[in-house]
Amino acid sequence: MRTPLRPLARILQARQDGLNPDSIEKENLRIRHEALREKARGRAQFRLVILCASFVVAFGAIGARMGLMAATEPMEPRASAPGAEIIAQRADITDRNGRVLATNMTTHALYAHPKVMVDPKGSAEKLAEIFPELDAKALARRFTDGRSFVWVRKVLSPEQMQQVHEIGDPGLLFGPREMRLYPNGALAAHVLGGTSFGAEGVHSAEVIGVAGIEKALDARLRDPAQGGKPLALSIDLTLQSTMEEVLSAGMGMLNAKGAAAILMDARTGEILALASFPTFDPNDRPSPLVDKNAEPGDSPLFNRAVQGVYELGSTFKIFAAAQAMELGLVSPETMVDANAPMQWGKHKIKEFEGKNYGPLLSVSDVIAKSSNVGTAHIALMIGPLRQQAFLKSLGFFDPTPLELVEAPGAKPLIPKKWPEIVTITTSYGHGMSASPMHLAAAYAAIANGGVMIKPTLLKKDGPTTGVRVMSEKTAHEAVAMLRRVVTEGTASLGDVPGYEVAGKTGTADKPKKSGGYYKDKVVNTFASVFPASNPQYVLIVTLDEPQDDTLSETRRTAGWTAVPVAAEIIRRVAPLMGLRPKLEPPAMDAVTAASN
Amino acid sequence: MRAVLYVLSFLGLIALGFWAYRENYATQAALKEVEALQRQIVGLREALSVQRAEWAYLNRPDRLRDLTTANFDRLGLLPMEPSQFGTAAQVVYPRAKLPEISFSTDIQGTLAEPEEGL
Repeated sequence: MRTPLRPLARILQARQDGLNPDSIEKENLRIRHEALREKARGRAQFRLVILCASFVVAFGAIGARMGLMAATEPMEPRASAPGAEIIAQRADITDRNGRVLATNMTTHALYAHPKVMVDPKGSAEKLAEIFPELDAKALARRFTDGRSFVWVRKVLSPEQMQQVHEIGDPGLLFGPREMRLYPNGALAAHVLGGTSFGAEGVHSAEVIGVAGIEKALDARLRDPAQGGKPLALSIDLTLQSTMEEVLSAGMGMLNAKGAAAILMDARTGEILALASFPTFDPNDRPSPLVDKNAEPGDSPLFNRAVQGVYELGSTFKIFAAAQAMELGLVSPETMVDANAPMQWGKHKIKEFEGKNYGPLLSVSDVIAKSSNVGTAHIALMIGPLRQQAFLKSLGFFDPTPLELVEAPGAKPLIPKKWPEIVTITTSYGHGMSASPMHLAAAYAAIANGGVMIKPTLLKKDGPTTGVRVMSEKTAHEAVAMLRRVVTEGTASLGDVPGYEVAGKTGTADKPKKSGGYYKDKVVNTFASVFPASNPQYVLIVTLDEPQDDTLSETRRTAGWTAVPVAAEIIRRVAPLMGLRPKLEPPAMDAVTAASN
Repeated sequence: MRAVLYVLSFLGLIALGFWAYRENYATQAALKEVEALQRQIVGLREALSVQRAEWAYLNRPDRLRDLTTANFDRLGLLPMEPSQFGTAAQVVYPRAKLPEISFSTDIQGTLAEPEEGL
């Protein structure tokens, strides 16, 4: 009810008392204003409280949610529909045609909670029955010594898992495991390498690469952004299998300690097949040798094609010849001094079995007959500096850029100083060591018309570009020389009708650890390109300590060991690549060839 | 007038509440279904990868090689050789098609009676 400002009773009373009635009005007005102000303040206060409360509630809700989120186990978003990208799996590895080389399988690991086990000793005995490699007593001790968690086995087969289920002990538990599987067994083992478990938990374990391409490209294979997209290698499973079959048969026949072969596309640098023997099964990777005296090459894990750094012998001669032709110092028909033995300072350079191809030999014949003295004279024309530069441009001074974890470690062994005697020995492949992969890359440069390409294990689309190291003309002439090695030189067993094999043999004595060379231990290499009229492929075959006893005498030259093996590989592999055998073009008229 | 508005808004509130309640449960059911489907997809993917591995394992080159050797009598397969490439000239021309045999003339006669019991 509204109070009047001038209540009549009080006004009249005031008038009677002679007071100013206006003061009553003012007082009443003041009271009214105060009441109004009081009301407004109350309302503002109420609003503030509400506002505060809503802020408290809102921030409290956010805080509580945050706390809840932080405290709970992470969860996949449930509402979104995930595609293939969420499978956090290691990507498969396939060959160039999509055939699986490495894939994953889900299995289980076995662990135990001894504290909840009903019969630890009995279970330990039954487990030892299922898994022969477990020791029942040791296992029982681990189950009863008071620990609350024991790993029993990393990987189980479904049958073994069923058998463990049948023990029926509640303390035996299974954790899911992703296992790397190489369905082809030992095939391409040195390329693939192998995997093992990294950080292990009960619910999952990390699969990490330990060697080969599995380790070199570990990040790519595990990258979730790739969405499990398979990694396509340049390897062709069929070629790989064929090459391994022939190579291992050849190695057995020639009693070799080891063997390696590389088949490479000369234009793109793709490795189509890469084999090294002895080999191993990446599903069950052997442990590395621990014996300090053991040579690394004794282990089957050793990749001879990439890690094996050998003196590659006469296969180097073609580089001296090619460089001399490139520099315009000689032509294939130029006669060079080949009078053996050659005396250089206190060193005597001899030919194989003390022969003498001299006094003069054409450059082409120097290669065909594999004359050390002829090559030495060509190398001296080139000189140490230019020779070094050329070999460097062919990649002989650096590790190969191959996508294997072993590749960067395989540094070629290069002489520290480079006097002229080193120029001479290097020209025929002695005193300097490189891996067969280096040789393959360098021969690819000759085969593809003079462009140095990077050897790779990854499938490529289209041709690759590289640095030109020699002119196309030189490369063609070098291939023609290599062809002559097969048609009329040291590699006559390497001729495969229709495929125009061109190549160079190399036989190098194995260096002793204590210095000097073994008399009866050699490394034989045959580096070949085919078909000679349009070279497309490079094949390197290396045999470690082979000997051919089929005839009355023991032979250890590459022409009798590595060459027939390489020829058989080409005969088997070339049709698989769809390469048609062809009739060779008739030899060019000698007069025409010499006219330019 | 105001009372009607109150009643209407109250009814609307109840209707919305009911709708939200149903949507909530429908969403949960859908999520559960998605989860079940995802589990199924994962299971199938796993099965698929196992099958792929199995296929690769069964088709590994050394097994195929052994099988072709073991079944040489039936298959007669040998490694591919350079001599197996042919030339276009070696391909035989398709045989000339013979005209279809048709009986343009009427054949007259009697059909033998079918024997009993056949």
